[in-house]
Amino acid sequence: MTVESPGALKILVAEDSAADRLILQSMLQRSGHEVVLVEDGESAITAFSECHPDLVFLDVIMPNVNGIEAARRIKSLSGDELIPVIFLTSLADAESLATCLDAGGDDFLSKPYNQIVLDSKIKAFSRMREMHRTLAHQKDQISLHNKHLIQEQNVAKQVFDKIAHAGALKLDVIRYYMSALAVFNGDVLLAEISPRGSLFVVLGDFTGHGLPAAIGSMPLASTFYGMVGKGFSLADILREINQKLYQTLPIGLFCCATCVDINFKKNRIRVWNGGLPDNILYRHKTHTYERVRSSHLPLGVLSNRDFKADVQVLHLEKGDHFLMWSDGIQEARNRAGDMFGEDNINAVLDSGLPPAVIYSQILKNVQEHIGSTEKDDDISLVDIAVPDDDRVQALAPQSGMRNGYLEDWELSLTLVASSLKTFNPLSLLIHVISEVPGLRQNSSVLYTVLSELFNNALEHGVLGLESSIKSSPAGFAEYYRLRKEGLEALTEAFVRFEFRHETRQNGGMLTVTVGR
Amino acid sequence: MAISSSLSADSKTLTIAVDGRFDASSLDEFRKCYEDVSNGVPVRYNVDLKNAVYLDSSALGMLLVLRDYAGGEAAQITITNCSPEVKKIFSISSFEQLFTIQ
Repeated sequence: MTVESPGALKILVAEDSAADRLILQSMLQRSGHEVVLVEDGESAITAFSECHPDLVFLDVIMPNVNGIEAARRIKSLSGDELIPVIFLTSLADAESLATCLDAGGDDFLSKPYNQIVLDSKIKAFSRMREMHRTLAHQKDQISLHNKHLIQEQNVAKQVFDKIAHAGALKLDVIRYYMSALAVFNGDVLLAEISPRGSLFVVLGDFTGHGLPAAIGSMPLASTFYGMVGKGFSLADILREINQKLYQTLPIGLFCCATCVDINFKKNRIRVWNGGLPDNILYRHKTHTYERVRSSHLPLGVLSNRDFKADVQVLHLEKGDHFLMWSDGIQEARNRAGDMFGEDNINAVLDSGLPPAVIYSQILKNVQEHIGSTEKDDDISLVDIAVPDDDRVQALAPQSGMRNGYLEDWELSLTLVASSLKTFNPLSLLIHVISEVPGLRQNSSVLYTVLSELFNNALEHGVLGLESSIKSSPAGFAEYYRLRKEGLEALTEAFVRFEFRHETRQNGGMLTVTVGR
Repeated sequence: MAISSSLSADSKTLTIAVDGRFDASSLDEFRKCYEDVSNGVPVRYNVDLKNAVYLDSSALGMLLVLRDYAGGEAAQITITNCSPEVKKIFSISSFEQLFTIQ
């Protein structure tokens, strides 16, 4: 390590002996420092406030205020800043030296003075001062950054809360507990009632915690609420969410989740569990339970080509309870670092308690286990009760929330020359068709079919181009040159789409006619 | 050191051994193990969890990143010496569909 020259410092010297003052002054000036001289403790304190020195030399025994008291006052005046105070002393007994240090002195310089010792001490303290300054500056920066971060998180949190809003969680059939490690929660819980009156609930646990985990819940929530509100099936919704997460999240970030679709009128529940601990269906009649094990990879891991949306279907009875939780429950640690664990959960499940109290019992036991320690993971626990008939009626969708969805309909779209030149109608049409729940999952096939029909009508019908032109690579380019020219010259022409859709017992029938 | 790696004699198999907790704090160390292979390009990866005591979802994420690095669907990754608890975590998340777990 190289030792940098401390450069010129402003040094305050308080010394009542004129000879010593003179010696010290000349030595300090020889090393290039600016020296302020005073003769007693009181003027040292005044001079300190007025000239803000970088370093202070104090004689111990001085008239008016002595060196020890002066050091105390100077230290308290300098606040957080480090301004080294060095005692000038001929004292030799350890006790007096200790008193000097107790008063806030940083070091001693023994008489008679030696130029080399003096310079090295000044160098050392100058370095210490630099380090102290850097540290204080970094501390200020960190606390400033932290303040900004919290402000930003709070703004982001407001956006997040609007998107991942509570939905139907206020329903009294749902009880839930969610804890968050940071402002954001890596766990997400959403509930919504479909236009047909089914209750859809998703509990998701994203990899990691805090902001990175919370970011993933945004596409999840917007897709979930959008699609449940339009009446899509659980499988369609899962596919769409998986696709969104797969496309948007970096590899390694995914969402363990359970999604359920509960129809209280038909007394059935559909469950898809990908990566969460076993879900529990706790029976009212027998006080026993069935497990719904995870049988899928989490959401966002597989592309939709490999994604499987098959669900388990279970029959429900009044008074049954469906429970799900994130792995934060098993992994909740106490002060000694022991996890709550599987056995403790099973003990509650096997206790034969009435279904309604299982939720609160698990929660109570976990919280007692954790005690007052910092939580390790996001903890989420959800309980859905199967209500009696009166309360089922209350779950019927309110007329206001039903946005409706396309059932029986007809649509005709005619594009004339000016539109044909610039407009591609396919995404518009696919958008309309996607409003039919049963057709959305086939939208890519329909896109291909419509695209072929449209291109045939336009290229062969309207423009009169022969496909045979495309038989050679050169002809291929020629074909598209002719197509472009034809479109530019187009004046009197049209392509017409006609759609007719009827809903039937098990789906529906879409008839598409494209002509010119 | 919590995570160490060694290349087989033929440079074809990289073994990454995890010691202790396998979680978010292992992220950089784990990644360095396979990114900083200087002598040879491994075609197979073996993640040895014999001394791993705990594994969380971040660890699963890291394994997915390794899988992507090693060629995605073509990746040959074996995870060995899994304790029953660790096996259960892989089973819950259906990771046996993506990795060979022993």
